[in-house]
Formats: sequence, C-alpha cells, structure tokens
Amino acid sequence: MALKVPSNLESEIDAMIARYPVKRSASVMLLHAVQDHFGYVSQEAIEWIAAKLELQPINILELVTFYPMFRQERAGRHQLKICRTLSCALGGSHKLRDFLCEKLGLARDAHGPATTEDGKFTIEFVECLASCGTPPVMMCNQETHENVTPEKAERILEGCK
Amino acid sequence: MSNAPGGRVSSLVRFCWSNQGTCGKALLMAQEYRLILKHIDSEGYTPGLDSYVRHGGYETLRKTLLLEPKIISADRTVGAPEQIRNEVKISGLRGRGGAGFSCGLKWSFVDRKSGKPIYLICNADESEPGTFKDRQIIYKDPHQLIEGMVISCFANDVKLAFIYIRGEMPDGAQILNRALEEARSKNFLGKNILGSGYDLEIHVHRGAGAYICGEETGLIESIEGKRPYPRIKPPYFPAVLGLYMCPTIVNNVETLCAVKHIVEMGGAEYARLGTPNNTGTRIVSISGHVQKPGYYEIQVGHATIRELIYDFAGGLREGRTLKAVIPGGSSAKVFKAGERFKLKKRGSDAKESEEEIDMLDLPYDFDSLMAAGSMSGSSAIIVMDDSTDIVEALANISEFYAHESCGQCTPCREGSLWMSKALNRLASGDGRKEDADYLLTIADNIPGGRTICAFGEACSWPVQSFVRKFKDEFEAKGAAAEDRRAAGGATEADRISQVSTVK
Repeated sequence: MALKVPSNLESEIDAMIARYPVKRSASVMLLHAVQDHFGYVSQEAIEWIAAKLELQPINILELVTFYPMFRQERAGRHQLKICRTLSCALGGSHKLRDFLCEKLGLARDAHGPATTEDGKFTIEFVECLASCGTPPVMMCNQETHENVTPEKAERILEGCK
Repeated sequence: MSNAPGGRVSSLVRFCWSNQGTCGKALLMAQEYRLILKHIDSEGYTPGLDSYVRHGGYETLRKTLLLEPKIISADRTVGAPEQIRNEVKISGLRGRGGAGFSCGLKWSFVDRKSGKPIYLICNADESEPGTFKDRQIIYKDPHQLIEGMVISCFANDVKLAFIYIRGEMPDGAQILNRALEEARSKNFLGKNILGSGYDLEIHVHRGAGAYICGEETGLIESIEGKRPYPRIKPPYFPAVLGLYMCPTIVNNVETLCAVKHIVEMGGAEYARLGTPNNTGTRIVSISGHVQKPGYYEIQVGHATIRELIYDFAGGLREGRTLKAVIPGGSSAKVFKAGERFKLKKRGSDAKESEEEIDMLDLPYDFDSLMAAGSMSGSSAIIVMDDSTDIVEALANISEFYAHESCGQCTPCREGSLWMSKALNRLASGDGRKEDADYLLTIADNIPGGRTICAFGEACSWPVQSFVRKFKDEFEAKGAAAEDRRAAGGATEADRISQVSTVK
C-alpha cells in the first residue's frame, strides 16, 4: 500500500530537499518529518522517501536501523526518554526510571523501549541528552525537562493527555 | 559575572600561588570571564534578534564587510577575508569541540584553488557526556552563533553552510531556524548581505541520536545522507575532500562564537586572554557530585580544577569526600583524588622549574591536562564523590561507547562491546578477579591507529585509566563474586543490593 502523504507535508518536504545541492542529503530530515507525522517509519514510508530522493529503499532502511531516534514500529502516544549516561546516573536517573516504570505498570528491567498496554506511554533509557548539569534529565515528546524529581515527573505525566 | 579585571586577578592568584610553592590556598578566588556568555542569563536578554542587536549584535559583521583590502606591497594586496583569517591565526584559537586543534591552521589547510565550492559546517552535535555548553549558546543566544558563522564563512569564501544540530534538540533546531529567518529578514544573511555583494545561506540539519556524528567526517557522511561512518584520513581530510568531496570546514559552536570576538577585539588582544598556547576563554561544564553544577566561562588556564569544583561549582555535597574527576568529557582519562603530577612552572623570574602538584591544582587548559596524561576535551568536568561505585561508573561509560560505536572497525565494534559486557557482569556481581586485566588487554588493543577515527581512543581511555587507577576496587569486586560463587551463594542478591549512587 502506498503511503498517503498530505499535500502540506509534501510541500514541506519538497522545500527541505531544495536546500541541499544533492537530494540524498535530505534523507534524515525527511525521516524526521515522516516519523513526526505518522508516528513511526513504515516500510511504505521508506519506499516513499527513497522514491522521492531517487534512491533505493535500502539507502533509507540503513539509516532507520542505524540512527537511534528512528523506529519501525508504532510507539506510545507520549514518549518519555530518560538520560542513562553518567552525570544523570549520578544524579538519580535510575531512580526516576524506576519511579516512572512503577507508576505506569511497566517492568523495571525491560531492555529497550517499553510501552504501556493502553498505548499511551513509551518509556526508554537513552544516551546523554547534553544537559548534564541538571540531572536527571528527561525528554517528554519534543520537550526537555531538567531536574526531574518524582513530583515533577508526576506533573509531566498529568500534562500528557 | 566579571570582565577584564576578573581575569587579571585570577592570573595574580596563580602567580602568588606558584611563588609560595604550596598548593591549595589561593589568596583570591579565581573569577569567571564572560566573553561568549556575556549576555546569556542576564535579565531581559532573549534569543530574539531585537535583543541581540540592542546589545551590539551584528556590528562586528557590519565592520567585517566594510573592511578594505590592505596593500602590503606593489604586487601584494590582502583582501578582507584573508585579513580575518590572519586575525584568527594570530589569536591562537584552538577548537572548542574536543581535539583542541588550531582553528587558524584548520582554515589554512582549506584547498582554495580547487575551483569547487567551499562549505562550512557548524558542529552543534554536542554529545560528549558531561558537556552542555553549546546548548546554552544555541538556546539562549543563537544570533551570536549566526554572526560568528557569517563572519567565518565570509573569511573562507563560503556560500552555503550548515548547522548540524543533534536530533535530541528539536526545540534548539526551531530556535535556530527562527533566528536564521530573522537574520534573513534584516539581510544579515542571504543575498548581497548588507549591500556588500556577499551571498550566504545557512541551513539547519538535524541529526538523529548518533554520537559518532560529532566526528567531523562522520558528520559529513551524515549530511550526505549516508550512515555516519567516519572517513579514513588520508585522503579524506575535510579541508580538501569534505562534503560532496569539496573543501569543507567543520567548527564547533563555541569556536565559531569565539571568531566573532576575535574579529571584534583583534587577534592579538584575544591572545592576551588565557595563557600562551591556550588563549582565549572556554566554557566549562561541571556536573556530577557538586553543589552547583553548571557552565562557567573562564580564561583558559586561569582557574585550577580545584577552583572550578570548589569555588565555582560550590564544592562537594555535605560530608562527602572526593573520589575521582573526569576532566574533559567522558572519554578523557580520569583523575583519582590525591593523584599528583610533575608540571613545568614558570616563576616570577621567568625561570622554568618542575613542581609536583595535586591533580586539583592543575590549571584548566589544554596543555596542562595533556601533560598530566588526560585532556580538557570538550571542557566538561564530571565529579564523583566517595559514594560512587567506581566499577559501576565505568560500566555506565562503557555502555555508552558500546552503544555508540559505528561498527566500521573491528577493534572498536567488538572491543567496546566486550568491555561493556565484562563491566556489566563485574558491576552486577558476576565478575572474576582477572576481569581487571582482561579489560586492560582489550582497552590497550583498540587505540593507536587500529581504527579509522578517534572513537577507538575515546572508548579505551576511560577503561585504561579507571582500571589502572582503581585496580584494587575492580579486583575486589571480581574476587568477592568468585568467593560467593565458591560458597554457592546466589549472585542475584548482589544485583538487587546495589546502593551506589550510580544506579
């Protein structure tokens, strides 16, 4: 089934491609745009982007499998990414993850992203988010939250509709 | 916040201190020297163009574009771009991304006769664990970066430039896009900039969560739309065969901001800041077990690690003692509390003498930290107090590198994973006494020209330094696990009983 890309997204994508002297350069930007819109990068999306950039699907697939931010499966409606790396670990990121996992009824020792049964939240440990002075740091969707105490984490969850 | 006098006071401190020949008590506290951070965090200062222009923004660019060619002799005229390149050379500016390579030299390698376009890429893929300085500039003062970039592009005859921002900063990308739009609307960017006849376009390009994109040739591959596998050098030096096989300059965010100040104050004046061969200012990120983690801009070498941790970052938490300091981002070799180094010092009579000092008294600059066997890297200090389980700390770092190795070179791809696995089992109570030596054998066989890029070094240095300097702790952990296994004890219990603050 071919991917249905709304015309406003397609014109946005065309503008992105036009910025580069070589079309292929736009591939990661297109993957972001498509994932932001559809929630994940499907096989159809890979083929659509490849065709758009006059590439083979493998040229796009190899990026999806390399870059940690791209996913090939649907995730929760809200994504919680907790920084796992040293400064945040020293500042309580494991406790934050445990707290959130318990709150959301997810296993604490799950490897990789874990999604709640209702599909509302996906929680994931990620590598350094470059805000090491304000640990623990967590991204909720596109927003970065600093010094995330359990109280703050609860407020963030409540803010997710 | 201070300016010039603050810096001088701090150098006086160094002078008195080295004369006394004792370490520790400084007569006066070292102070911040805010050049790049001058307006950041000050009241009413916003990332918008109006705020930037109100504070004198884009004036340096205006003056740059009005520079007249200088006639040196009958047959030699130095154009404005070359004059700027010379100022940067004179300034002694060293790259603020991690390697500390001379910016003037980097620019001088650019092949200007190839007839191909020259590209400039701002490396805003800030991802060395511990580092959060570029974030402050991008989010709070994006126009300073843009002005620095336009000047740098003008100096190098660049017509198209990119800002490669890490994927995890989506709002940062938005802020930059908005700022670029504002700059275009006032003709600080685009066609015929301020009537000078100079054209430049800058685009924001987002990464997608891969640390290796901070490596400049990996970054170039990434912008080309490929997997960010670093390129082998030679022949692929960016200055000659960079983006689209054209000459390319890749500079860090802070480096490009420094260029703006160098052009504003003159290269020689900038070189008076800091110490010889370690000129200018640097923004130091301090994180970990300190009271006031944060970012502090200093004249390079005008504050010691001790001053940065205890004066700027407020010292350790109540009742804690220092255990270890990572001085330059997670790939820098760790310093153990109490470790001492012999360092060459210049006294009041200008004579050089060798002095043994505590690692805390190392001046924070490129050369001193290198002389002490580590590096200032991306100028990120991570502090660990006595509550830290050092094995877990290294396991945490190694997991990062195992995750981020691009997988191109076998020693790094396999080695980083082996180290991480061995450290995880050691940290979780399943290790062996000889794991310490096993880790060293792996770590010693990754770097030293066995890999295409410096990631091989980056993943080995923490292991080499942590294990060698804290070997007793690594061996004790392995031995304890062996004893428990011999006694038939369950190791699962150890996993649960971790009390260290790392986990």
